[in-house]
Amino acid sequence: MKFKRIAGLVCAASISVLSASGAFSQEKTVKIGAVLPLSGSAASAGAHTKAAIEVAVDIINNAHPEFGNFPLAKNAGLAGLGGAKVEVVFGDNQGSPAAGQNQTLRLITEEKVVAVTGAYQSGVTLTASAIAEKYGIPFVNGESVAANLTERGFKWFFRTTPIASDIARIDYDFLTDMKASGVKSNSIAIVHDTTEYGVSVANVIASTFKEKGQPIGLDIAYTTNATDVQGQVLQLKEKKPDVVIMIAYTSDAILYQKTMQALDYKPPMIIADDSGYSDPSMIKAVGKISQGVLNRSSWSIGPAGSPTALIAEMYKKKTGDDMDDTTGRAMQAFFVLCDAIDRAGSTEPAKIQTALKATDLKPDQLMMGYKGVKFDEKGQNVLASSLIIQLQDGENYVAVWPKGNSQKAPALPYKGW
Amino acid sequence: MSSTLIQVIAGGLLLGAVYALFSSGLTLVWGMMNIVNFAHGDFVMLGMYVAFVVWTLFGAGPWLGAPLAVLVLATLGIVVYFGLIRDIMKGPMLAQILGTFGLALLLRYSVFWWFGANFLSLPENLVGGTFDIMGLRIQASRLLAGVVALLVTLGLHFLLTRTSLGSKMLAVAEDSTAAQLMGIRPDTMQAVAWAIAAGATGLAGALIATFFYVVPTVGETLGIVAFVTVSLGGFGSVPGALVAGLLIGVIESLSAYLIGAVYKDMVVYALFLGFLWFRPQGLMGKL
Repeated sequence: MKFKRIAGLVCAASISVLSASGAFSQEKTVKIGAVLPLSGSAASAGAHTKAAIEVAVDIINNAHPEFGNFPLAKNAGLAGLGGAKVEVVFGDNQGSPAAGQNQTLRLITEEKVVAVTGAYQSGVTLTASAIAEKYGIPFVNGESVAANLTERGFKWFFRTTPIASDIARIDYDFLTDMKASGVKSNSIAIVHDTTEYGVSVANVIASTFKEKGQPIGLDIAYTTNATDVQGQVLQLKEKKPDVVIMIAYTSDAILYQKTMQALDYKPPMIIADDSGYSDPSMIKAVGKISQGVLNRSSWSIGPAGSPTALIAEMYKKKTGDDMDDTTGRAMQAFFVLCDAIDRAGSTEPAKIQTALKATDLKPDQLMMGYKGVKFDEKGQNVLASSLIIQLQDGENYVAVWPKGNSQKAPALPYKGW
Repeated sequence: MSSTLIQVIAGGLLLGAVYALFSSGLTLVWGMMNIVNFAHGDFVMLGMYVAFVVWTLFGAGPWLGAPLAVLVLATLGIVVYFGLIRDIMKGPMLAQILGTFGLALLLRYSVFWWFGANFLSLPENLVGGTFDIMGLRIQASRLLAGVVALLVTLGLHFLLTRTSLGSKMLAVAEDSTAAQLMGIRPDTMQAVAWAIAAGATGLAGALIATFFYVVPTVGETLGIVAFVTVSLGGFGSVPGALVAGLLIGVIESLSAYLIGAVYKDMVVYALFLGFLWFRPQGLMGKL
């Protein structure tokens, strides 16, 4: 009886010692905040980005030798922090600047995240990153393109995506090239919403084109989440511009394409600006009546077995959707952030900031088709770049410009349906 | 008048008919029991999803989707009345507002959880494509919605003014204790009102789905228009909602085309506020 009791005590003691030592040897985790529109009208973009970040976490936290030299993939966890695992805490910004601010505050002060990524819409990134700046926490953004985000003198804000000025230049160069091959592009119309994103991109495109002697003839602004866009489409139909540049989130993009079809309006050329027109659910919904829409993208699936193809496969398995440019750009930013934390070898925000400033990633270390990632003193990636893609068959985008990087020649005029 | 302008007005009228269609259910509940149903937009959304599911499962258009949506939503209306509305009607105003608002979120995020956040769409030619009448483009799907809007409005108006069921419903609306003394059961009448209102809303949703995108948050986009339509038309007035819907549709279309899309809400709301200044009860409401 006595023996049994002693044996029982010994067992209990050994269990507690074992579990205690287990706790000691448990690896540290690095907490990163992701502020995304998980509800509200941009929830489809938010859900896609969340899934992409979860795929990235899988790649980082588990050993993936098949990725070759892709940063952070080979070993399990972050090697620079002794194999520490990455944990992402998501905050739902509801697509609203105020909620974006609150959620960032919560992630920083309550969840104690060491860095933040997000927040999809430029207008939300604007407020969310201001909170990170105030608390001295690095904020890495990969998908918001409004020019002013990196013009605020922020020290903790870093952005990997091509921005409005890059987009304007790409669109202009593309049109110039098309003109040389005989495509008419004398009159240009811009259709954009009045969000931070829509206004910023439209303004930068208009001023860039004007500087180069190609003023925008028609500027149509509308309020996002419209119930009806017949008036706008009829304005276009009457003015007959050679080129229509569409800057719209998913809901409005779908409505515009449906309305154009209903009113039998086919502009000779539609150049869309990513966002709504890149959303896979937009392509499923109205791709068949949007054949020939041009768009910009930095995503390309690459040859079989390449890191990009592997990522595309993992993502498709998780979501059932194909990887798109917007989601890919957000995922790239997350990789860049984790790479900086790894190099910093620390979870101290100041050290991560220093490591971000020293970032110098080469094209083969990236999943997006940028020329690299290197930040200027404003925190903007100076090596970001983009291709022109076209929805030729109504189902999949193919790269059509510039010539060296394209799979097919641009098919013009716009086919529609 | 230029042909484009005719197109703008025709488009505005059809749009307005749709506004009227999804507002009639709201005005009925509002008029019958002074309850503002904040979940109204999400009832429309559910109707849209019913149409979408019917199309994915059976490949059928609104001929099957619309009656099914009426059935599903009418049932939901009764469940909501007995499960929620009957109790919160006894509570303070704030409880009524928060109760239906909570219901809105519950419906929205249940659909969100089940179907995901993706935008969905029915095929463009599900309801016979688009008519081209000497350059004037009329979408069959919108025309159908417009015609149904007229029929539903007339039907509801007839029901309320010409039938004994309608008289009983109005009696309960006016004085439920007195109605009870006359042998009318207020509970039954109000449940019937909810079934009719929700059914009409489901019908609207199923028809709108043929030319609009379908997404869990679509109720937010459409809900606001319904509230403006109902207050302009006069609370509780079904014909008022029709006139108000048509008016808002045409004003929106004209101002989007002539002044610019970004100003159309400003024009609508400025006229709306100005009108309520002179006639707070709305076009056809009673004070």
